[in-house]
Amino acid sequence: MNQPPKMPRREFLSNVAATVPSWLLFLSAFKPERLFAQESEKYDPTKHNYSMGVDIRKCIGCGRCADACKTENHVPREPFFFRTWVERYVIPVEGEVYVDSPNGGIDGFPEYKAESETLRTFFVPKLCNHCENAPCVQVCPVGATFTSQDGVVLVDASYCVGCRYCIQACPYGARYLHPTTKVADKCTFCYHRITKGDLPACVEVCPTQARVFGERNSNSSPIRRFLRFNDVKVLKSYLNTRPKVYYAGADEEVR
Amino acid sequence: MKLSRIPQQIIPLGILFAAAIIGLVVLRAIFVPPTFGEHGHYRAAAVDEISQLPESYAGIKACMDCHSDVYDLKQASVHKGLSCETCHGAAAAHAADPEAAKPVVPTGRNLCLTCHGYLDSRPSGFPQIISATHNPAKPCMSCHNPHSPIISAPTEECAACHAGIANQKAVSHHAELACTQCHTVPKEHFTQPRVFAAQKPAGREVCGACHANAGSGKEIPQIDLATHGGRYMCWDCHYPHSPEAQ
Repeated sequence: MNQPPKMPRREFLSNVAATVPSWLLFLSAFKPERLFAQESEKYDPTKHNYSMGVDIRKCIGCGRCADACKTENHVPREPFFFRTWVERYVIPVEGEVYVDSPNGGIDGFPEYKAESETLRTFFVPKLCNHCENAPCVQVCPVGATFTSQDGVVLVDASYCVGCRYCIQACPYGARYLHPTTKVADKCTFCYHRITKGDLPACVEVCPTQARVFGERNSNSSPIRRFLRFNDVKVLKSYLNTRPKVYYAGADEEVR
Repeated sequence: MKLSRIPQQIIPLGILFAAAIIGLVVLRAIFVPPTFGEHGHYRAAAVDEISQLPESYAGIKACMDCHSDVYDLKQASVHKGLSCETCHGAAAAHAADPEAAKPVVPTGRNLCLTCHGYLDSRPSGFPQIISATHNPAKPCMSCHNPHSPIISAPTEECAACHAGIANQKAVSHHAELACTQCHTVPKEHFTQPRVFAAQKPAGREVCGACHANAGSGKEIPQIDLATHGGRYMCWDCHYPHSPEAQ
Protein backbone atom coordinates (compact mmCIF):
# COMPACT_ATOMS: atom_id res chain seq x y z
CA MET A 1 0.00 0.00 0.00
CA ASN A 2 1.35 3.35 -1.08
CA GLN A 3 0.96 6.01 1.54
CA PRO A 4 0.50 9.53 0.14
CA PRO A 5 3.34 11.81 1.21
CA LYS A 6 2.54 13.34 4.56
CA MET A 7 1.96 17.09 4.69
CA PRO A 8 2.00 18.81 8.04
CA ARG A 9 -1.32 20.37 8.93
CA ARG A 10 0.21 23.80 9.39
CA GLU A 11 1.76 23.70 5.91
CA PHE A 12 -1.53 22.51 4.36
CA LEU A 13 -3.53 25.32 5.94
CA SER A 14 -1.05 27.99 4.88
CA ASN A 15 -1.13 26.62 1.34
CA VAL A 16 -4.92 26.82 1.31
CA ALA A 17 -4.82 30.37 2.63
CA ALA A 18 -2.34 31.36 -0.07
CA THR A 19 -4.69 30.17 -2.85
CA VAL A 20 -7.76 32.05 -1.57
CA PRO A 21 -7.23 35.15 -3.80
CA SER A 22 -6.88 33.01 -6.91
CA TRP A 23 -10.01 31.06 -5.95
CA LEU A 24 -11.95 34.31 -5.63
CA LEU A 25 -10.66 35.39 -9.02
CA PHE A 26 -11.74 32.07 -10.52
CA LEU A 27 -15.26 32.30 -9.06
CA SER A 28 -15.70 35.92 -10.06
CA ALA A 29 -15.18 34.91 -13.70
CA PHE A 30 -18.55 33.11 -13.48
CA LYS A 31 -20.32 36.32 -12.50
CA PRO A 32 -22.73 34.95 -9.92
CA GLU A 33 -25.27 37.66 -10.78
CA ARG A 34 -25.45 36.22 -14.25
CA LEU A 35 -26.29 32.81 -12.82
CA PHE A 36 -29.31 34.24 -11.01
CA ALA A 37 -30.40 36.68 -13.70
CA GLN A 38 -33.87 36.34 -15.19
CA GLU A 39 -34.12 34.44 -18.42
CA SER A 40 -36.16 37.30 -19.90
CA GLU A 41 -33.33 39.79 -19.55
CA LYS A 42 -32.78 39.82 -23.27
CA TYR A 43 -35.78 38.80 -25.28
CA ASP A 44 -34.94 36.57 -28.22
CA PRO A 45 -37.85 36.56 -30.68
CA THR A 46 -36.55 33.57 -32.63
CA LYS A 47 -37.10 31.35 -29.58
CA HIS A 48 -40.82 32.09 -29.33
CA ASN A 49 -43.92 31.14 -31.26
CA TYR A 50 -47.21 32.29 -29.78
CA SER A 51 -50.76 31.06 -30.21
CA MET A 52 -54.10 31.77 -28.62
CA GLY A 53 -56.94 29.40 -27.89
CA VAL A 54 -60.56 30.41 -27.41
CA ASP A 55 -63.00 28.02 -25.75
CA ILE A 56 -66.46 29.06 -26.89
CA ARG A 57 -68.10 26.79 -24.33
CA LYS A 58 -66.53 28.82 -21.55
CA CYS A 59 -67.21 32.31 -22.89
CA ILE A 60 -69.93 34.08 -20.91
CA GLY A 61 -70.03 37.16 -23.13
CA CYS A 62 -69.11 39.61 -20.37
CA GLY A 63 -66.99 41.68 -22.76
CA ARG A 64 -64.23 42.29 -20.19
CA CYS A 65 -61.65 41.25 -22.80
CA ALA A 66 -62.80 43.88 -25.29
CA ASP A 67 -62.89 46.48 -22.53
CA ALA A 68 -59.42 45.60 -21.21
CA CYS A 69 -58.02 45.63 -24.74
CA LYS A 70 -59.25 49.16 -25.32
CA THR A 71 -57.69 50.30 -22.05
CA GLU A 72 -54.39 48.52 -22.56
CA ASN A 73 -53.89 49.55 -26.16
CA HIS A 74 -55.58 52.97 -26.10
CA VAL A 75 -58.09 51.95 -28.73
CA PRO A 76 -60.67 54.71 -29.34
CA ARG A 77 -63.78 54.13 -27.23
CA GLU A 78 -66.21 54.71 -30.10
CA PRO A 79 -68.05 51.52 -31.00
CA PHE A 80 -66.41 51.21 -34.44
CA PHE A 81 -62.85 50.46 -33.39
CA PHE A 82 -61.93 47.12 -31.89
CA ARG A 83 -58.84 45.01 -31.62
CA THR A 84 -60.96 42.30 -30.06
CA TRP A 85 -64.71 41.99 -29.65
CA VAL A 86 -67.34 39.44 -28.65
CA GLU A 87 -70.06 38.25 -31.01
CA ARG A 88 -73.33 36.59 -30.01
CA TYR A 89 -74.59 33.83 -32.27
CA VAL A 90 -78.22 32.75 -32.09
CA ILE A 91 -78.93 29.71 -34.25
CA PRO A 92 -82.66 29.11 -34.76
CA VAL A 93 -84.18 25.73 -35.47
CA GLU A 94 -85.08 27.06 -38.90
CA GLY A 95 -84.02 30.21 -40.71
CA GLU A 96 -81.13 32.64 -40.67
CA VAL A 97 -78.43 32.67 -38.01
CA TYR A 98 -78.51 35.89 -36.00
CA VAL A 99 -75.16 37.46 -35.08
CA ASP A 100 -74.70 40.71 -33.16
CA SER A 101 -72.00 42.51 -31.24
CA PRO A 102 -73.36 45.74 -29.73
CA ASN A 103 -70.31 47.86 -28.85
CA GLY A 104 -68.19 44.72 -29.08
CA GLY A 105 -69.98 43.30 -26.07
CA ILE A 106 -68.39 45.82 -23.71
CA ASP A 107 -71.74 47.07 -22.40
CA GLY A 108 -73.26 43.60 -22.35
CA PHE A 109 -75.88 42.17 -24.66
CA PRO A 110 -79.52 43.20 -24.72
CA GLU A 111 -82.11 40.46 -24.51
CA TYR A 112 -82.73 39.03 -27.97
CA LYS A 113 -86.27 38.00 -28.81
CA ALA A 114 -85.90 35.28 -31.40
CA GLU A 115 -88.76 34.96 -33.90
CA SER A 116 -88.58 31.18 -33.93
CA GLU A 117 -87.35 28.62 -31.46
CA THR A 118 -83.64 28.87 -30.68
CA LEU A 119 -81.59 25.76 -31.34
CA ARG A 120 -78.31 26.92 -29.87
CA THR A 121 -76.80 30.20 -28.81
CA PHE A 122 -73.29 31.12 -27.68
CA PHE A 123 -70.64 33.85 -27.66
CA VAL A 124 -67.57 34.00 -29.88
CA PRO A 125 -64.68 36.31 -29.00
CA LYS A 126 -62.92 37.52 -32.14
CA LEU A 127 -59.51 39.07 -32.70
CA CYS A 128 -56.68 39.12 -35.20
CA ASN A 129 -55.87 35.52 -36.07
CA HIS A 130 -52.15 36.24 -36.60
CA CYS A 131 -52.16 34.14 -39.76
CA GLU A 132 -48.97 32.40 -40.76
CA ASN A 133 -49.98 33.14 -44.32
CA ALA A 134 -51.40 36.60 -43.67
CA PRO A 135 -53.25 38.33 -46.52
CA CYS A 136 -52.73 41.73 -44.87
CA VAL A 137 -48.96 41.31 -44.89
CA GLN A 138 -49.04 40.25 -48.52
CA VAL A 139 -50.92 43.34 -49.72
CA CYS A 140 -49.06 46.01 -47.73
CA PRO A 141 -47.31 48.11 -50.37
CA VAL A 142 -44.72 49.63 -48.02
CA GLY A 143 -43.84 46.81 -45.64
CA ALA A 144 -45.55 48.48 -42.70
CA THR A 145 -47.37 45.34 -41.63
CA PHE A 146 -45.33 42.22 -41.18
CA THR A 147 -44.95 38.95 -39.36
CA SER A 148 -42.35 39.25 -36.65
CA GLN A 149 -39.83 36.53 -35.92
CA ASP A 150 -42.00 35.23 -33.08
CA GLY A 151 -44.96 34.84 -35.41
CA VAL A 152 -47.00 37.90 -34.40
CA VAL A 153 -48.46 40.08 -37.13
CA LEU A 154 -47.60 43.68 -36.27
CA VAL A 155 -48.16 47.15 -37.72
CA ASP A 156 -45.34 49.68 -37.93
CA ALA A 157 -47.43 52.77 -37.15
CA SER A 158 -44.67 55.20 -38.10
CA TYR A 159 -44.21 53.57 -41.50
CA CYS A 160 -47.85 52.88 -42.44
CA VAL A 161 -49.22 55.20 -45.11
CA GLY A 162 -52.86 54.51 -44.26
CA CYS A 163 -53.85 53.09 -47.65
CA ARG A 164 -56.31 50.62 -46.05
CA TYR A 165 -55.34 47.72 -48.35
CA CYS A 166 -54.75 45.51 -45.33
CA ILE A 167 -58.16 46.39 -43.85
CA GLN A 168 -59.74 45.27 -47.12
CA ALA A 169 -57.61 42.16 -47.31
CA CYS A 170 -58.28 40.82 -43.81
CA PRO A 171 -60.95 38.12 -44.10
CA TYR A 172 -61.68 38.36 -40.38
CA GLY A 173 -62.37 42.09 -40.18
CA ALA A 174 -59.73 42.39 -37.49
CA ARG A 175 -58.25 45.71 -38.62
CA TYR A 176 -59.46 49.29 -38.45
CA LEU A 177 -58.09 52.68 -39.43
CA HIS A 178 -57.19 54.63 -36.31
CA PRO A 179 -59.24 57.84 -36.42
CA THR A 180 -56.49 60.13 -35.08
CA THR A 181 -53.26 58.61 -36.33
CA LYS A 182 -54.90 57.60 -39.66
CA VAL A 183 -52.92 54.38 -39.81
CA ALA A 184 -54.05 50.76 -39.68
CA ASP A 185 -54.30 49.25 -36.22
CA LYS A 186 -55.02 45.76 -34.95
CA CYS A 187 -54.40 43.21 -32.20
CA THR A 188 -50.73 42.63 -31.45
CA PHE A 189 -51.28 39.80 -28.91
CA CYS A 190 -50.27 42.70 -26.59
CA TYR A 191 -46.74 42.39 -27.96
CA HIS A 192 -45.42 44.86 -25.37
CA ARG A 193 -46.72 42.55 -22.63
CA ILE A 194 -45.84 39.10 -23.95
CA THR A 195 -42.24 40.10 -24.66
CA LYS A 196 -41.95 40.95 -20.95
CA GLY A 197 -43.46 37.62 -19.95
CA ASP A 198 -46.95 38.93 -19.16
CA LEU A 199 -50.21 37.69 -20.60
CA PRO A 200 -52.17 39.70 -23.15
CA ALA A 201 -54.67 41.99 -21.39
CA CYS A 202 -57.70 40.06 -22.68
CA VAL A 203 -56.33 36.76 -21.36
CA GLU A 204 -55.37 38.39 -18.07
CA VAL A 205 -58.90 39.62 -17.34
CA CYS A 206 -60.93 36.74 -18.81
CA PRO A 207 -62.92 35.49 -15.79
CA THR A 208 -63.65 32.00 -17.12
CA GLN A 209 -60.33 31.17 -18.81
CA ALA A 210 -62.14 31.05 -22.14
CA ARG A 211 -59.00 32.58 -23.61
CA VAL A 212 -55.74 30.69 -23.37
CA PHE A 213 -52.40 32.04 -24.49
CA GLY A 214 -48.92 30.66 -24.62
CA GLU A 215 -45.90 29.30 -26.27
CA ARG A 216 -46.33 26.76 -29.05
CA ASN A 217 -42.74 25.62 -28.53
CA SER A 218 -43.14 24.74 -24.88
CA ASN A 219 -44.48 21.34 -23.96
CA SER A 220 -46.09 22.54 -20.76
CA SER A 221 -47.62 25.81 -21.90
CA PRO A 222 -51.37 26.41 -21.49
CA ILE A 223 -51.87 26.59 -25.24
CA ARG A 224 -50.22 23.20 -25.78
CA ARG A 225 -52.54 21.76 -23.15
CA PHE A 226 -55.48 23.47 -24.86
CA LEU A 227 -54.53 22.02 -28.24
CA ARG A 228 -53.98 18.59 -26.74
CA PHE A 229 -57.31 18.28 -24.98
CA ASN A 230 -59.69 20.04 -27.35
CA ASP A 231 -60.97 19.49 -30.82
CA VAL A 232 -59.98 22.81 -32.32
CA LYS A 233 -60.72 24.58 -35.53
CA VAL A 234 -59.57 27.82 -37.10
CA LEU A 235 -61.81 30.38 -38.72
CA LYS A 236 -62.18 30.21 -42.50
CA SER A 237 -59.65 27.42 -42.87
CA TYR A 238 -60.52 27.14 -46.57
CA LEU A 239 -58.72 30.46 -47.19
CA ASN A 240 -55.39 28.83 -46.31
CA THR A 241 -54.46 31.75 -44.06
CA ARG A 242 -53.30 29.30 -41.36
CA PRO A 243 -54.43 31.27 -38.30
CA LYS A 244 -52.74 30.97 -34.92
CA VAL A 245 -55.97 31.55 -33.00
CA TYR A 246 -57.71 28.24 -32.34
CA TYR A 247 -61.35 27.82 -31.40
CA ALA A 248 -62.68 24.97 -29.30
CA GLY A 249 -66.37 24.20 -29.38
CA ALA A 250 -66.99 26.33 -32.47
CA ASP A 251 -69.39 24.88 -34.98
CA GLU A 252 -69.72 25.40 -38.71
CA GLU A 253 -71.80 28.55 -38.29
CA VAL A 254 -68.88 30.43 -36.70
CA ARG A 255 -67.00 32.30 -39.39
CA MET B 1 -9.90 48.04 -74.27
CA LYS B 2 -9.19 51.67 -75.00
CA LEU B 3 -11.87 54.23 -74.36
CA SER B 4 -11.72 55.36 -78.00
CA ARG B 5 -12.74 51.85 -79.11
CA ILE B 6 -16.15 52.22 -77.41
CA PRO B 7 -18.68 53.43 -79.95
CA GLN B 8 -19.32 57.12 -79.45
CA GLN B 9 -23.10 56.78 -79.04
CA ILE B 10 -22.60 54.40 -76.09
CA ILE B 11 -20.62 56.86 -73.92
CA PRO B 12 -23.40 59.37 -73.12
CA LEU B 13 -25.81 56.47 -72.61
CA GLY B 14 -23.33 54.85 -70.25
CA ILE B 15 -22.94 58.07 -68.29
CA LEU B 16 -26.71 58.37 -68.10
CA PHE B 17 -27.05 54.79 -66.82
CA ALA B 18 -24.30 55.27 -64.28
CA ALA B 19 -25.94 58.47 -63.03
CA ALA B 20 -29.28 56.70 -62.74
CA ILE B 21 -27.77 53.80 -60.81
CA ILE B 22 -25.83 56.11 -58.47
CA GLY B 23 -28.97 58.21 -58.00
CA LEU B 24 -30.97 55.12 -57.13
CA VAL B 25 -28.40 53.96 -54.60
CA VAL B 26 -28.24 57.40 -53.00
CA LEU B 27 -32.04 57.80 -52.86
CA ARG B 28 -32.41 54.30 -51.44
CA ALA B 29 -29.89 55.09 -48.74
CA ILE B 30 -31.80 58.27 -47.88
CA PHE B 31 -35.36 56.94 -47.94
CA VAL B 32 -35.12 53.34 -46.74
CA PRO B 33 -35.03 53.33 -42.92
CA PRO B 34 -31.82 52.00 -41.38
CA THR B 35 -33.13 48.69 -40.03
CA PHE B 36 -35.40 47.91 -42.98
CA GLY B 37 -34.89 44.41 -44.33
CA GLU B 38 -32.89 43.14 -41.36
CA HIS B 39 -35.31 40.28 -40.68
CA GLY B 40 -37.67 40.65 -43.63
CA HIS B 41 -39.55 43.22 -45.64
CA TYR B 42 -40.10 45.51 -42.67
CA ARG B 43 -38.35 47.89 -40.31
CA ALA B 44 -36.75 45.76 -37.59
CA ALA B 45 -36.70 48.70 -35.18
CA ALA B 46 -40.51 48.77 -35.24
CA VAL B 47 -40.60 45.51 -33.28
CA ASP B 48 -38.60 47.08 -30.46
CA GLU B 49 -40.75 50.21 -30.55
CA ILE B 50 -43.91 48.14 -30.16
CA SER B 51 -42.44 45.97 -27.41
CA GLN B 52 -41.47 49.06 -25.45
CA LEU B 53 -45.02 50.45 -25.22
CA PRO B 54 -46.18 50.99 -21.62
CA GLU B 55 -48.46 48.45 -19.94
CA SER B 56 -51.75 49.41 -18.29
CA TYR B 57 -52.55 46.07 -16.65
CA ALA B 58 -50.14 44.97 -13.94
CA GLY B 59 -51.19 41.32 -13.80
CA ILE B 60 -52.35 39.37 -10.77
CA LYS B 61 -48.80 38.64 -9.58
CA ALA B 62 -48.29 42.32 -8.89
CA CYS B 63 -51.45 42.45 -6.73
CA MET B 64 -50.45 39.35 -4.78
CA ASP B 65 -47.37 40.99 -3.30
CA CYS B 66 -49.29 43.49 -1.17
CA HIS B 67 -52.84 42.14 -1.05
CA SER B 68 -52.03 38.56 -0.16
CA ASP B 69 -54.94 38.33 2.30
CA VAL B 70 -57.53 39.21 -0.33
CA TYR B 71 -55.69 37.06 -2.83
CA ASP B 72 -55.80 34.00 -0.56
CA LEU B 73 -59.50 34.55 0.13
CA LYS B 74 -60.22 34.82 -3.59
CA GLN B 75 -58.13 31.77 -4.51
CA ALA B 76 -60.14 29.65 -2.09
CA SER B 77 -63.45 30.76 -3.62
CA VAL B 78 -65.26 30.16 -6.90
CA HIS B 79 -63.75 33.41 -8.15
CA LYS B 80 -60.24 31.90 -8.14
CA GLY B 81 -60.07 32.12 -11.93
CA LEU B 82 -60.60 35.87 -11.95
CA SER B 83 -57.79 38.32 -12.17
CA CYS B 84 -58.03 41.24 -9.74
CA GLU B 85 -58.09 43.60 -12.70
CA THR B 86 -61.15 41.91 -14.18
CA CYS B 87 -63.27 43.86 -11.70
CA HIS B 88 -60.90 46.53 -10.38
CA GLY B 89 -59.72 47.72 -13.79
CA ALA B 90 -56.24 48.42 -15.08
CA ALA B 91 -53.90 48.85 -12.14
CA ALA B 92 -50.36 49.16 -13.47
CA ALA B 93 -50.30 52.78 -12.29
CA HIS B 94 -51.41 51.65 -8.82
CA ALA B 95 -48.76 48.91 -8.74
CA ALA B 96 -46.09 51.45 -9.66
CA ASP B 97 -47.20 53.99 -7.05
CA PRO B 98 -49.89 52.68 -4.67
CA GLU B 99 -50.65 56.12 -3.26
CA ALA B 100 -50.87 58.08 -6.49
CA ALA B 101 -53.39 55.92 -8.33
CA LYS B 102 -56.22 53.92 -6.83
CA PRO B 103 -58.00 51.16 -8.73
CA VAL B 104 -61.77 51.14 -9.16
CA VAL B 105 -63.90 49.56 -6.44
CA PRO B 106 -67.19 48.66 -8.10
CA THR B 107 -70.05 48.89 -5.62
CA GLY B 108 -73.34 48.70 -7.51
CA ARG B 109 -74.97 45.85 -9.38
CA ASN B 110 -73.93 46.63 -12.95
CA LEU B 111 -70.48 45.07 -13.00
CA CYS B 112 -71.66 41.83 -11.40
CA LEU B 113 -74.48 41.64 -13.92
CA THR B 114 -72.12 41.80 -16.90
CA CYS B 115 -71.26 38.21 -16.00
CA HIS B 116 -74.13 37.05 -13.77
CA GLY B 117 -77.14 38.71 -15.41
CA TYR B 118 -79.25 36.12 -17.19
CA LEU B 119 -78.59 35.72 -20.92
CA ASP B 120 -79.64 32.58 -22.74
CA SER B 121 -76.40 32.61 -24.73
CA ARG B 122 -74.31 32.05 -21.61
CA PRO B 123 -73.18 28.48 -21.01
CA SER B 124 -75.72 26.48 -19.01
CA GLY B 125 -74.61 25.94 -15.44
CA PHE B 126 -72.98 29.34 -15.19
CA PRO B 127 -74.56 31.11 -12.18
CA GLN B 128 -76.96 33.75 -13.43
CA ILE B 129 -79.73 35.79 -11.88
CA ILE B 130 -82.64 37.77 -13.20
CA SER B 131 -81.85 41.16 -11.81
CA ALA B 132 -85.44 42.35 -11.64
CA THR B 133 -86.42 39.59 -9.21
CA HIS B 134 -83.17 39.00 -7.31
CA ASN B 135 -83.22 41.60 -4.52
CA PRO B 136 -83.75 44.47 -6.95
CA ALA B 137 -81.96 47.75 -6.23
CA LYS B 138 -79.78 46.18 -3.54
CA PRO B 139 -76.03 46.24 -4.16
CA CYS B 140 -74.73 42.69 -4.62
CA MET B 141 -72.13 43.31 -1.95
CA SER B 142 -74.78 43.68 0.75
CA CYS B 143 -75.09 39.86 0.71
CA HIS B 144 -72.14 38.54 -1.35
CA ASN B 145 -68.46 39.14 -0.72
CA PRO B 146 -67.07 39.40 -4.24
CA HIS B 147 -63.82 37.75 -3.14
CA SER B 148 -65.76 34.78 -1.80
CA PRO B 149 -69.19 35.08 -3.35
CA ILE B 150 -70.98 31.91 -2.27
CA ILE B 151 -72.99 32.64 0.85
CA SER B 152 -72.45 29.97 3.47
CA ALA B 153 -75.31 31.28 5.62
CA PRO B 154 -77.82 32.45 3.06
CA THR B 155 -79.94 35.50 3.57
CA GLU B 156 -82.90 34.97 5.85
CA GLU B 157 -84.78 37.54 3.88
CA CYS B 158 -87.73 35.76 2.28
CA ALA B 159 -87.86 38.37 -0.52
CA ALA B 160 -84.51 37.18 -1.88
CA CYS B 161 -86.35 34.25 -3.42
CA HIS B 162 -90.03 35.10 -3.04
CA ALA B 163 -89.79 38.56 -4.53
CA GLY B 164 -93.12 38.37 -6.33
CA ILE B 165 -95.06 37.59 -3.17
CA ALA B 166 -93.05 40.08 -1.11
CA ASN B 167 -93.71 42.91 -3.56
CA GLN B 168 -97.44 42.15 -3.57
CA LYS B 169 -97.62 41.96 0.20
CA ALA B 170 -95.63 45.16 0.59
CA VAL B 171 -98.45 47.25 -0.89
CA SER B 172 -101.30 45.32 0.69
CA HIS B 173 -103.10 45.60 4.01
CA HIS B 174 -100.83 42.84 5.25
CA ALA B 175 -97.65 44.87 4.58
CA GLU B 176 -96.82 45.07 8.27
CA LEU B 177 -96.98 41.33 8.85
CA ALA B 178 -93.82 39.23 8.85
CA CYS B 179 -93.89 36.11 6.70
CA THR B 180 -93.44 34.07 9.86
CA GLN B 181 -96.73 35.43 11.24
CA CYS B 182 -98.48 32.78 9.15
CA HIS B 183 -95.67 30.49 7.86
CA THR B 184 -93.44 28.36 10.03
CA VAL B 185 -90.02 28.21 8.36
CA PRO B 186 -87.55 25.48 9.33
CA LYS B 187 -83.92 26.65 9.48
CA GLU B 188 -82.92 24.18 6.78
CA HIS B 189 -85.28 25.90 4.35
CA PHE B 190 -82.68 28.62 3.79
CA THR B 191 -80.11 26.15 2.52
CA GLN B 192 -82.30 23.41 1.00
CA PRO B 193 -85.57 25.13 0.17
CA ARG B 194 -87.11 22.24 -1.75
CA VAL B 195 -86.28 19.53 0.76
CA PHE B 196 -87.42 21.50 3.79
CA ALA B 197 -90.48 23.41 2.70
CA ALA B 198 -91.92 26.29 4.64
CA GLN B 199 -95.28 25.39 6.24
CA LYS B 200 -98.49 27.01 5.11
CA PRO B 201 -101.24 27.78 7.63
CA ALA B 202 -103.09 24.65 8.62
CA GLY B 203 -106.59 25.97 9.15
CA ARG B 204 -109.05 28.81 9.55
CA GLU B 205 -107.89 29.47 13.07
CA VAL B 206 -104.63 31.06 11.78
CA CYS B 207 -106.62 33.83 10.13
CA GLY B 208 -109.10 33.78 12.97
CA ALA B 209 -106.38 34.68 15.45
CA CYS B 210 -106.70 38.27 14.19
CA HIS B 211 -109.94 38.33 12.25
CA ALA B 212 -112.13 36.54 14.78
CA ASN B 213 -110.71 38.17 17.88
CA ALA B 214 -112.59 41.18 19.20
CA GLY B 215 -109.51 42.31 21.12
CA SER B 216 -107.20 42.54 18.11
CA GLY B 217 -107.95 46.11 17.10
CA LYS B 218 -110.84 47.77 15.40
CA GLU B 219 -109.07 48.44 12.08
CA ILE B 220 -108.90 44.66 11.56
CA PRO B 221 -112.07 43.36 9.90
CA GLN B 222 -113.86 40.89 12.13
CA ILE B 223 -115.87 37.84 11.19
CA ASP B 224 -117.58 35.04 13.05
CA LEU B 225 -115.72 31.82 12.23
CA ALA B 226 -118.79 29.75 12.92
CA THR B 227 -121.00 31.46 10.33
CA HIS B 228 -118.53 33.00 7.81
CA GLY B 229 -117.51 30.79 4.88
CA GLY B 230 -118.78 27.53 6.27
CA ARG B 231 -116.60 24.59 5.28
CA TYR B 232 -114.28 26.66 3.02
CA MET B 233 -110.77 27.69 3.94
CA CYS B 234 -110.15 31.43 4.16
CA TRP B 235 -107.69 31.39 1.20
CA ASP B 236 -110.25 29.70 -1.02
CA CYS B 237 -111.79 33.18 -1.37
CA HIS B 238 -109.23 35.66 0.05
CA TYR B 239 -105.63 35.89 -1.16
CA PRO B 240 -103.66 36.41 2.07
CA HIS B 241 -100.72 38.24 0.40
CA SER B 242 -103.04 40.84 -1.05
CA PRO B 243 -106.37 40.76 0.83
CA GLU B 244 -109.12 42.83 -0.78
CA ALA B 245 -109.77 46.34 0.42
CA GLN B 246 -112.94 46.93 2.33
